[in-house]
Amino acid sequence: MTHVLAHPLAGQVLALASPGAMGTGEKVAFWVLGIIALGCAIAMVAARNAMHSALFLVVTMFCLGIFYIIQAGPFIGMAQIIVYTGAIMMLFLFVLMLVGRDVSDSLIETLRGQRTAGILVGLGLAGLLGGGIARALGSIDAKGLEQANATHGGNVPGLAALMFTRYVFAFEVTSALLITAAVGAMILAHVQRNGEKKTQKEQSRERFAEGNHPAPKAGPGVFAHSNSVATPAILPDGTRSARSISPLVEPRELTAEDTRPKDTLTGGGNQ
Amino acid sequence: MTPTYYLVLSAALFCVGAVGVLIRRNAIVVFMSVELMLNAGNLALVTFARINGSLDGQIMAFFVMVVAAAEVVVGLAIIMSIFRTRRSASVDDSNLLKY
Repeated sequence: MTHVLAHPLAGQVLALASPGAMGTGEKVAFWVLGIIALGCAIAMVAARNAMHSALFLVVTMFCLGIFYIIQAGPFIGMAQIIVYTGAIMMLFLFVLMLVGRDVSDSLIETLRGQRTAGILVGLGLAGLLGGGIARALGSIDAKGLEQANATHGGNVPGLAALMFTRYVFAFEVTSALLITAAVGAMILAHVQRNGEKKTQKEQSRERFAEGNHPAPKAGPGVFAHSNSVATPAILPDGTRSARSISPLVEPRELTAEDTRPKDTLTGGGNQ
Repeated sequence: MTPTYYLVLSAALFCVGAVGVLIRRNAIVVFMSVELMLNAGNLALVTFARINGSLDGQIMAFFVMVVAAAEVVVGLAIIMSIFRTRRSASVDDSNLLKY
């Protein structure tokens, strides 16, 4: 454990947190990181895009990891950063990439007033929980962890001494849980192929079958006024082809300013 | 200033996560809100360890972390398989058992 304590920064952080009461440095860290963590948590819930939500949650979890380190738990803080922000959130990002940006995450409420009611419930819960905790533990005398950390020569040896004696059964059960989860994920993610793989001949027959469109879909339109992927292609009969635009791309209404002929020949001015 | 401030922050984060579970429709975002609630619980556990002067709270937080990792793996696999069959990750679309 001496190597963690020997690092000057780690030693300073642990010394900062050793007393039960919060020192000045810890207060500053708490107010700065606490506001960032809470703000990013709210932004995570409010963000329309699921990818933004995941990134906001990464920031919140990172702040919590630093809180753990400040509170004399360097091991749990590092585990938080490695396991949560490193592994779990990257898994979330992978699944978001696979599932794609969900088109159906609409603003239409299935139950009327559910969003307002949910926010009210959250505010009420926050008031009750925060008020209760603040009243019950507001003037508590915290003992601090310096003695517990020093008993076995540091935080990690102290945790190891507990984990492999008093909590050794829970630790063993944890390994069974992890193996079960890994096997379960493999079974759920496995796709069973039904029947034989189609030959090229069958695929070709299917493509030219009745009701199918054998040619590739028309690409989005490339016109003088716009070459955006949201511009539908114009079919030979003059209609716009809905098949040429991806459903994931939001159509954008062009204003008169956007469609105005740009006077490129006269150098920009049209006076 | 006592470590109680950490507990109030953890209560606030927990409530933000609860609101996220209640109002969001995307299953993955709902899942992320559950993770936020677990994290808020972890912050409370680590703070309790400091208040009581014993390392048991940190051990509990560690176990919560392990269980959360297992839960995320299985939960995301379930969301993936639902998406594969229904082409949607919205919690409103999984309504086969409704009637």
